Amino acid sequence: MAYLVSEPVTIDVLIAAVLSPERGAVATFLGTVRNHHLGRAVLELAYEAYAPMAEAECARIVAEAESRWPVRIALQHRIGRLQVGDVAVAIAAGSGHRAESFDACRYVIEELKSRVPIWKRERYADGSEAWVDPTAPGGTMPTTVRTTE
Amino acid sequence: MRAMTERAAFPVQVRLFARYAELLGATLVTVRLRAGGTVADVVDGVRALPGGGALPERMLVARGVEQVRYDQAVSADDELALLPPMAGG
Repeated sequence: MAYLVSEPVTIDVLIAAVLSPERGAVATFLGTVRNHHLGRAVLELAYEAYAPMAEAECARIVAEAESRWPVRIALQHRIGRLQVGDVAVAIAAGSGHRAESFDACRYVIEELKSRVPIWKRERYADGSEAWVDPTAPGGTMPTTVRTTE
Repeated sequence: MRAMTERAAFPVQVRLFARYAELLGATLVTVRLRAGGTVADVVDGVRALPGGGALPERMLVARGVEQVRYDQAVSADDELALLPPMAGG
């Protein structure tokens, strides 16, 4: 299963991938597109990735989680243009007991956000656009090229 | 001597993404590197290109599918990528 997908993400598929008779606890995380960011009204956004590295980094993070806890992880991140409410990232962590499932699920989303080369461009209600940059003082950096509608 | 230096230099391809690609108006650029050159030299080369001056002095750099440090050597077969701050999730 590829970690990056251009089609809508379905959590049921990820849950099914980690279910098994010996795993009695499945924790899930969904990251969805918010309609606001730092006080600005968001209309839609677009994710871009360095796909080969993003796939490799997701695989490394999943392997780390599965070696650190007795869990099975399923992970997908959507790429391309998304609307408010769309699922951007989904994680399912299945294990024998809830503590490991919650811990592993949290680990995967935190590592993904800091290590996987994916970038997010937001379009706002006022017509402006910006690249989300968690390291920038205002949380975004201006775009220099407008998206063509 | 100059001819020898030119022969020793080799092209390195550098991928650009998101805002960095916008700043340079390209998703792939080529810089020439002297034998023994490092990641830092490649970054300097990209920052010297038109539009490159707006890039940060310190950026995340990948070689292939792994991040590399600025002091690591670069060879002719390497493909580097300049990575803006991650914003997935």
